[in-house]
Order: sequence, then C-alpha cells, then structure tokens
Amino acid sequence: MVYLIFKRLVQSAFVMLAVAFLAFSLFRFVGDPVSQMTGVETSTADRERLRDELGLNDAFAVQFYRFSTDLLRGDFGYSYRTREPVGEMIAKRLPATLELGTFALIISLMIGIPAGVYTALRPNGVASQAILLTTLIGVSIPTFVIGIMLIFLFGVQLGWLPTFGRSGTVQVGGWTTSFLTIDGWRSLILPALTLGVYQLTLTMRLVRAQMMEVMKTDYIRFAMARGIPTRSLHYKHALANTMVPVITIIGLQFGGVIAFSIVTESVFQWPGMGLLFLESIRFVDIPVMGVYLVVIAFFFVLVNLIVDLLYVAIDPRLRVKEAA
Amino acid sequence: MLYKLWDSDGFWLFRRRPAAIIAALTAIAILFGAIFAPWLVDTNPYDLASFSLMDGLLPPMWEEYGTSRFPLGTDDQGRDMVAAILYGARLSMLIGIVAMAIALVLGVSLGLIAGYYGGRLDAIIMRVADVQLALPAILTALLIDGIARGVLPTAVHQEMRVIVLTTAIALSLWVNFARTARASVFVEKNKEYVQAAMIMGQHPLRVMLWHILPNIMGPLLVIMTVDLASAILLEATLSFLGIGLPADSPSLGTLIRIGMGFLLSGEWWILWVPTMFLVALVVSINILGDFLRDVFNPRLR
Repeated sequence: MVYLIFKRLVQSAFVMLAVAFLAFSLFRFVGDPVSQMTGVETSTADRERLRDELGLNDAFAVQFYRFSTDLLRGDFGYSYRTREPVGEMIAKRLPATLELGTFALIISLMIGIPAGVYTALRPNGVASQAILLTTLIGVSIPTFVIGIMLIFLFGVQLGWLPTFGRSGTVQVGGWTTSFLTIDGWRSLILPALTLGVYQLTLTMRLVRAQMMEVMKTDYIRFAMARGIPTRSLHYKHALANTMVPVITIIGLQFGGVIAFSIVTESVFQWPGMGLLFLESIRFVDIPVMGVYLVVIAFFFVLVNLIVDLLYVAIDPRLRVKEAA
Repeated sequence: MLYKLWDSDGFWLFRRRPAAIIAALTAIAILFGAIFAPWLVDTNPYDLASFSLMDGLLPPMWEEYGTSRFPLGTDDQGRDMVAAILYGARLSMLIGIVAMAIALVLGVSLGLIAGYYGGRLDAIIMRVADVQLALPAILTALLIDGIARGVLPTAVHQEMRVIVLTTAIALSLWVNFARTARASVFVEKNKEYVQAAMIMGQHPLRVMLWHILPNIMGPLLVIMTVDLASAILLEATLSFLGIGLPADSPSLGTLIRIGMGFLLSGEWWILWVPTMFLVALVVSINILGDFLRDVFNPRLR
C-alpha cells in the first residue's frame, strides 16, 4: 500500500515536471519577456542590464531550475497585461471554477447513476428508450449550444434563473463561495447543468453497460436464488461491482470538465479560471497561460491519485494482493 | 458498378436504417449548399455592397413583416440569413475537412511507423500521443492559437487566422488516427501476405502504404467521419469563444456568437437559424459515423 502510493507520487512528480517544462518553454520562446516589460524609450544597454538581472542570460538548465523552484515556493510571476501577481489572479478565480466543476460532477452522478441502473434493468421500457434517445442527442449537441438553449428556456422564456455572472457570493476566509446564499445557488444551476450534461450521458451509458454485464454473472444469479430482496440485489450487490470502471472514467474525464468549463464560463460569463485563460490567450499573456496549465495539470494529477487510492478502498481484492 | 454498390452488404444495411438515410441526405444537402453557395444566393455576406441596412432585422417569411426575398430573415446589418449560413457552412466545412485531412495524414503516418517498427520509436510516438490525449482537444487548440499569436506579428496572425485555426484543430485530432492505425498494423503485420511481402525484400514504405494501408481503411473511415464532426464542432466552439474567425468572415460559430447578442431581444432567428443548422450538420455526420461503425464491425450486426 505504502509502496503503491510512493510509486504513484513519483510518477505524478514526473508529469508535473513535464508540464512545468512546457510552461517554461512558453515563457522563454514565445515573445520576449524583456520587450514586454520595457517601453520603446528603454536603451539597449538598459535592456541588456535587465536581461542580466533577470538571469535570462544564464544557462537553460539553470533557468529551468530557478523557474521550477519558484513554482514550488508559490511564486508564479507577474501578468504581462495587468501587472498583478499571477498567483493572486488564479487564486481569486479558482473557487468559482472548482465549485462549478464539483457541482456539475455531482449533478452528473446523481442523475447518471440511477438513470444508468434503471435503463439497464428495463432495457425495453418506454422510459428507458426515451432516456437513451435523449442522451444520444445530448452527446451530439455542442456544449455552448446546450448553454444557449438553457439560457433561452429558463432565463429568457420562463425567467426563473439568472442568465449570466456569479452573484450572491460570500467570502469565507480567502474563498468566495456560492453555496451559502439562495442567489448563489440560483446563478450556479444553469452553468453547472450545461457543464454536467456531457458527463451525465457518459456516466449513464457506462453504468448501463456495466450493470447489464454484471447482472448476467453467476454470483448475481446465485444471490437471486438465495432470495435476496431485489432492491438490495440491484443496488448493493450489482451496483457496487460497476463502480471501479465508473470511477476510472470520472478521473479521466476531469480534464474534459476543466476544458469544457472554459466554454461554459464563456457562455455564462462565469468569473472562473477558464475565462481568465481565454482573456490571457486573447492578450498573449504568457505567464497566465503557463500558470493555468500548471494548475490544471496539478488538479489532473491529484484527481488521478485519489482515483487510484479509491480503487483500493472500493475493491477488497486489491488490498489482499498488496498484503500477499 | 452501380448495381454492385446497391447489392453490397453495406448498402443493404443502409436501406434498413431510416436514420442513416435521413442523415446522409441532410449531410449531402448541406455539402451541396455550401459548395454552390455563390450560385444559389445572390447576396454575398462578405461583400458589404451586396446587402443594405434598410433590410436589417427582417423576420423569416412565415412571420409578420417577413418577405419571401429573405426566407429565413436578415440580421441587423441586413445580411440574408440563408446566404450567411451557406457561406458559414462553406468555411466551417472547408476548415473541418482540411484539418481532418491533415490529422489523417499525420496520424496515420505516425501510427504506421510506430506499429511497423515497434520498439523505441513506437514508445516515443505513443508517449507523445498519451500526453496529447490527456489534454482535451479544445485546450490544445486554444494553446496552439495562443502560441501563434505570441510568435507571429499581429497583422500576420490576422491574415493567417484560417491557417492557424486549421493547424490547431488538426494537431489536436491526430491521436485517434495514430492509435487506430498502430493497433491495426499490429494485427496485420503478422499475417502471411505482409510477411511474404517483407521476405520478398520489398521496401518498408511499399509494404506499409501498398499492402497494409488498404487493409486498415475500414476503421480509419469510421474515425474520419467522427473526427470530421469533431473538427467542425471544434472550429465552431473556438469561433464562438472569439478565438477563431472574426466577424467579417463568419463561420457558423461566429454567426452563433453574433446571434448571442440578440438572445434577450425578439430577433430569435439571428441566433437560432445558424445554431440549428450547425446542430443538424454535426448530428447527421455523427449518425453516419455510427452507421459506418456498424458496417465495419460485423459482430454488432
């Protein structure tokens, strides 16, 4: 168990190093940091001096080492555009994206898993067919169109929910949250639903396929023969065994949630990291782009690490193998 | 020849699938409209002189004040919506097809090389593919566009937008082709006809392109359709985000972006006409992809 965690940590460190290298290459080779910092009236000698002071004339490896250690210490540099520290800019936007992503994931699991179980148990029912057809359409419609449709229906036609922005936030320590006011929840629903639709269909199809597979196995037949109540049979014995692949996919899909959050945040003008990233691309704000990449990679690695540990918690067989 | 096609297995399946028939007809109609747009409509949405502000914000012909001159209405500039979506589809499909073709050539070449030679070369190519796969396509395309903005002077970047956009989309889609080609090559490599060709001392390039490639076309064709839909969607998404094409040469994504400004007003058609057009295009290509997958996978029949 300890060995497994150690192995995973080493692998994660390598991934982070690779991403840091990518971000560093962005800094070094896209645009010139010195010309970004100075104006037209700066003399060549001054530029050269600044270049020396910033250490841009040092060896490549030395520069990369300095860059990585700065990242580890939490020093992310300054934005070309706003001159603010990038760390603060990201920290300010982080809660919005994380809350949006988490809530979207919760929606997709809360609807996706029961719907998957239902359609697997009654594959020929009218409701199942309707659900399957809806998901087929849901997969084919682009995220931003789903967002527009939801805005149109619930925001414009019915007027139930706000159509853009993140209102009703409360500051708790350094974290701004939407979870504490009704207004906050109201503005969270549409973006989270938009972001969650794709994950929902994916979860549902996967749970359905797994359930149909598991229901055919011997131990389920045996459990039926023992006269275990249907509800307990379906949800305790069968569903538990579909969870390993479902959790894997959720881990892998985390990158997708982050990427689509860029689109969702743009549609709803949600002030998260995705919107910040889009602005940084538009203004070629390299430091923000680089740090965004590093932060996203960090969460990606973290989620996958948690998923690996969850395997052991969910599947007792893995624990036995480790002990042996 | 035609009779042979009509009598083939694939066509037999096709005739029994109403969804596939409708999808094929829709896709062909849109492709036809996109190619022949300049001859089908008399206004050009890129040419300011061909439309007039006086015709601005006219609703579709079946609504009050609509005219048959503009069957689907006009936008605030007086552009005919039919002309806008046809020219938009022209650009969207051009970018989609070219990006898909680049991804195909790049991905299949790398996949063939990785599968044929194996060993260290295979390991390197596949590690790069893994990294690429971990990054979602939208993120990759956005990054490439951002880098292009940083490297190229602004004026040059503006001029090369279509090229940058196409490259960005192509580079985020090659992995699918590479992985499929590699997996198929692993299967084919050990078959007798390939072994025979190798023993006869034929050049590896000839073995790969002449002997192996034709035999793995089936799965590649499926990915081509699915990736064409992805490429069109990616272009639309990027243009919608304001990273893709500017408002003076609108693709379908740009048109939807412009239409978003009218979401809260009564002019619904400026948003919904291009949106529904895009959805129809992507859904029909996806249904065709699904159909092709079944054709090439006899086990599923």
